[in-house]
Amino acid sequence: MLNDFDLKGLRVAITGGTSGLGLALVRNLVASRARVAFVARQAQLVERISRETGACGIVGDVGLKEDIHAMALEIAWNLGGLDVLINNASSLGPTPLKLLADTECEELHEALVVNVLGPFRLTKALFGALTASAREGRGAAVINISSDAAVSAYSGWGAYGAAKAALNHMTAIWAEEAKDEGVRFLSLDPGDMDTPLHALAVPDADPATLKRPEDAAREIVTSMLAALRENAPLALSPSA
Amino acid sequence: MTAADRIDRGFAKLLVADADGAISHLPRAALGSLFRPGDLVVANDAATLPASLQGVHRSTGEPIEARLAGWLSFRDPLRFVAVAFGAGDHRVPTEDRPSPPPLSADDQLEFGPLSASVEGSLDHPRLVHIRFAGSPASVMRHLVRHGRPIQYAHIPEPLRLRDVWTKIAADPIAFEPPSAGFALDWRTLKGWRERGVAFATLSHAAGLSSTGDAALDRRLPFDEYYRIPEACAATIEAAKSRSARVIAIGTSVVRALESAVNADGTVRAGEGRASGRIAHGARLRVVDAILTGVHQPGESHYELLRAFADDRVLNNVRAAVEDRDYRAHELGDSLLIERQGAPGVL
Repeated sequence: MLNDFDLKGLRVAITGGTSGLGLALVRNLVASRARVAFVARQAQLVERISRETGACGIVGDVGLKEDIHAMALEIAWNLGGLDVLINNASSLGPTPLKLLADTECEELHEALVVNVLGPFRLTKALFGALTASAREGRGAAVINISSDAAVSAYSGWGAYGAAKAALNHMTAIWAEEAKDEGVRFLSLDPGDMDTPLHALAVPDADPATLKRPEDAAREIVTSMLAALRENAPLALSPSA
Repeated sequence: MTAADRIDRGFAKLLVADADGAISHLPRAALGSLFRPGDLVVANDAATLPASLQGVHRSTGEPIEARLAGWLSFRDPLRFVAVAFGAGDHRVPTEDRPSPPPLSADDQLEFGPLSASVEGSLDHPRLVHIRFAGSPASVMRHLVRHGRPIQYAHIPEPLRLRDVWTKIAADPIAFEPPSAGFALDWRTLKGWRERGVAFATLSHAAGLSSTGDAALDRRLPFDEYYRIPEACAATIEAAKSRSARVIAIGTSVVRALESAVNADGTVRAGEGRASGRIAHGARLRVVDAILTGVHQPGESHYELLRAFADDRVLNNVRAAVEDRDYRAHELGDSLLIERQGAPGVL
């Protein structure tokens, strides 16, 4: 087992579940016996990962407004409700990375749509399911995957960094507003990982210096459990 | 801007008929400041399925619309009760829609990527049981993408899934929206919480509100499944034990709670099926007040209100609603009706 916890019955949805951190989270959570649904854009890849992991694969694009409620419906349907939403799908904006003054408006727009509006819309569509879970004493959490680029001003990371900073602040405000509904909101920075997204941004990085997505996934699951326990101390128990 | 936004919810009205039959008017935005500490509001958190399917009746090649209207077995997406319509779309009022081609057992229906067969026709030409081919997961995947929410002739803009989900929508089991829930937003729930008004939810698979066919409409509502969480049942028991009032958001909540009531007034948690009409003379054991839309006499929703108030009060309500131009549709204004003789909830 990848964790010290048995997550039997915990219902988790992950966006961007077919590569990098998202895929590592799918594998980690399935191995801990959670019920997992993941969303990604490419039908063939979704089917392959679904077959390989046993998680429920849903084809959809968080950047498309018209996909959101269909996605939310399939998630709630397949999992029979929802305890945790992990907004992991992400867009770098322009690649190769560009200085802001070279960035097209459309490229910034695309980074904002995938990194901010998409998570906002999907969280809103699933907020009813999350609060229902909280009212039933199961605990509920939304985890938004962030980045140090949301905090530090790295040259060339303008579209991505601005979008992740917006996501961070939205998460913080939502955390405040949703506290009394029993839904926890966290933004978590997984660090620089050896993932396809990082390779797009920094093609000549030495993979040996990067974190393994499996390690980042384990840390995120640990934080997720801590957040759930605060709200629903009895809902999850350490496995023997 | 969505079709639903165009029907400006911000200026929605609320008529209150109290336990003595006295009528008052409020902006619906004031809902969060109503009720007393200790009272309990129960809402239906069902999310709405895209239950209208356009397709073809294979043997005749004629167009057909099937509106899924009920689960034959709760949460089994292969088998449904459906109401069939012939050519045309929602812009034609349902009462003017042509009949579907004659349907009999084993007829094949094609709805885009979905194939279905007629399991059996019932005793009405529009009413059938249908069975989809495929696995539950694949049927649901296609249904979500090919299906459209059931539309209303009075709203010309096509309603999308997001227009028919209430803010608290969670469990995708309803065929039409539990529309009283459109009156709720998170600010209202926050207002209640701050004033000590409790809130709980159940999930009830609301079916069709009307079919436009008088003979069928007299049979509504069909049997409807529901699930009452343990936490909801416990909250109701706690409210009853402190003599607090229970306010139902919508007729579906009344149906579920009054169907699940035990002899001692507590409510059974778990799944159940509400059948039959609640109407004049029905004894309400759990619910003290209902928030609902504006309905017309003869509709099953209106008949249910007759269990809360007598015809004198309901006639006054109808007159007041007409007088003040209340909007009488699924996304319209709201009524709050206290059970007569119940301790007032305001």
